[in-house]
Amino acid sequence: MVLTNLILAQLVNGITLGSMYALIALGYTLVYGILLLINFAHSELFMSGAFVGLGMMTVLTSSAVASKFPWFAAAQHFFVTPGLGVVCMLLIVLLVSMIVVGCMGMLIERFAYRPLRHAPRLAPLISAVGVSLFLQNAVLLWISPQQLPFPNPIGQGTAFTIGTVDVSVLKVVIVVTVIALMVVLDTFIAHSRVGKAMRATSQDREAAGLMGIDINASIMLAFFIGPALGAVAGIFNGMYYGSIVFNMGFLPGMKAFTAAVLGGIGNLRGAMMGGFVLGIAEALASGFISTGYKDVIAFAILILVLIFRPGGLLGESVVEKV
Amino acid sequence: MAASKTDINAKAAAGRGTPLKIALWVLLAIGLIVTPLVFEGYGWLFVPHIMALIGLYVMLALGLNIVVGFAGLLDLGYIAFYAIGAYAGVIVGAWAFQHAPQLGPWIYFLMIPVAALAAAATGIILGTPVLRLRGDYLAIVTLGFGEIVRIIITNNPFGITNGAAGLPRAGQFIPTPFGLTWLQNNVYVPIPALGKSFVLQFDNNIYWFYVIVLLCLLTIFVVRRLDQSRLGRSWAALREDEVAASSMGVSITQTKLWAFSLGALWGGIAGLTFANFQQFVSPESFTFMESVFVVCTIVIGGMGSIPGAIVGAIIIQGLPAFIQGLAAAGKLPGIDPGVATVIANYRFLVFGLFMVVMMAWRPQGLLPSKRRAAELKPELDEIADVESEQLYDAQHDAAHPGIDE
Repeated sequence: MVLTNLILAQLVNGITLGSMYALIALGYTLVYGILLLINFAHSELFMSGAFVGLGMMTVLTSSAVASKFPWFAAAQHFFVTPGLGVVCMLLIVLLVSMIVVGCMGMLIERFAYRPLRHAPRLAPLISAVGVSLFLQNAVLLWISPQQLPFPNPIGQGTAFTIGTVDVSVLKVVIVVTVIALMVVLDTFIAHSRVGKAMRATSQDREAAGLMGIDINASIMLAFFIGPALGAVAGIFNGMYYGSIVFNMGFLPGMKAFTAAVLGGIGNLRGAMMGGFVLGIAEALASGFISTGYKDVIAFAILILVLIFRPGGLLGESVVEKV
Repeated sequence: MAASKTDINAKAAAGRGTPLKIALWVLLAIGLIVTPLVFEGYGWLFVPHIMALIGLYVMLALGLNIVVGFAGLLDLGYIAFYAIGAYAGVIVGAWAFQHAPQLGPWIYFLMIPVAALAAAATGIILGTPVLRLRGDYLAIVTLGFGEIVRIIITNNPFGITNGAAGLPRAGQFIPTPFGLTWLQNNVYVPIPALGKSFVLQFDNNIYWFYVIVLLCLLTIFVVRRLDQSRLGRSWAALREDEVAASSMGVSITQTKLWAFSLGALWGGIAGLTFANFQQFVSPESFTFMESVFVVCTIVIGGMGSIPGAIVGAIIIQGLPAFIQGLAAAGKLPGIDPGVATVIANYRFLVFGLFMVVMMAWRPQGLLPSKRRAAELKPELDEIADVESEQLYDAQHDAAHPGIDE
């Protein structure tokens, strides 16, 4: 009984973690699908999302802001009332963060990757590492080198209980929001005109261009959507762990990349599935093997997948073109 | 045929023996020996220390150059071999010192091959399965490997790495070449010609600087020979076109594995030297960022270029540390010593920008290697195509004026 409860508890944790990994993984997969580029800066965009979210949340709820702008106090009062108020506040925070980080992603594409589109393959990768280094240190120097507490406006309430395992409202909110975002993204890519253009661009950039598709717009859009989803993951990550710090992006970024590879990089549904699989594997591993080695598990999975099934679980086998 | 061959040999002999060249080498040697002593004499103790660190980075960069520059495999977890060399050497050194103390300073010469072989063996073990992967996948796998090594060291497996506290344990030390007693006899040589208070002091940092310079020279020698060897030519072929190289009879896996393990080997030796120089190792020294800096060193200097690696190491490791050291010692007029920490903090930010700008503006590095510069570039063909198309358009327009209207 104790064992099943432990498994159940770790499964719940794993699904929550996995939903966040999946959201970040979508960013890697979208960009890779179109440009065949590993956007190393993506983990830093995830981190920036958390910081923008914290900033927005502070603006919307802190009393210091209200005392400066008295007209804002009523709105703030609304934002802290449980129920509709908190939901509205979270939505605003998420939206602003998505837009800001999405624009950062487009800027990075414009200035760090686009000039290198015809360069040898190593060049954009190194440029990406440079952007990542820059963003991390910009936050370290200009915002804070310390861990900052991240508020959790949803609270510690329990949504429901499975067996003896309490599932918190926060976890339910995270998983439901993530799944909703995935459904929206999947529908958008599969059925909208713009989504079709993006898929065409990822299949054959030149041919898509000849068919009158604005390739740059498609690429920019991928660089907006990916980081925007990463920003949502960043905010949830902050709420889930209760604190954020400048280098918080590295490990989740690596794990999300693992998730993307696991599902077959370039494959959206694969990335979603890979995220959940990885989250659950990691939660079970930290429950049953050792918390000290839980990060090793993710990397070991990554290496094993790349060796034995480089196309991923859902991907086609990649044949190197000559 | 025979005549031209003798010609080349004669030219080579002449090039090697030019008095000017010999003079330059002698000057360089004297410079390398005297410079740290002079800085020490002026009381700028931090300069020899920085020079030794630059030397370590040169070794690391040259080792990684074999993998990235020669063979064209991006390794983002190179620091793992540095860590493995350091830890293997230190652990074996401590063990040897416990069980065979009569070996004394010779233990160091036991530690070096142990560190090198441990790193090279890990390189082969990792390389065998992953070298089939494409460029960017390989980068990620090596990155993951680097992190795994660091995490395992931090978790103190079987109690041998002492976890985050690092090695050596209390009461132990890391054996050095020629023994510690040699170090304790600091040499003081007053040189009145350079000022009354000018005293040459021969300390730890200078001692290690000399050892590191010797190791660097050995590395440069080996790397140069490697580059010009049959293996080096296979690397170049493989880097330029894997399929073509393979059809010309180059064994892809074997050639890549050689690059990987030889690169790892130098990483291991550099790691042990680092451990010796610091007399301390801890997992903190082996983060992903360190791997990135070694890659930066190569990229800035120019991939596959030996002088480039040296210039890169000076820029990445030396310049910021030098400015910081000067400011901290209050030697920069009008600059507050507090600025030193600010400079130290901004260095990574600047590096990040520098990498982006460098890739856009001069992807071949500051001192690109000659062989790499001679490579065929597929983009050039595209440009040629575009040009010939434009030419065709122009001729076409001239032949049929007004066809567009």
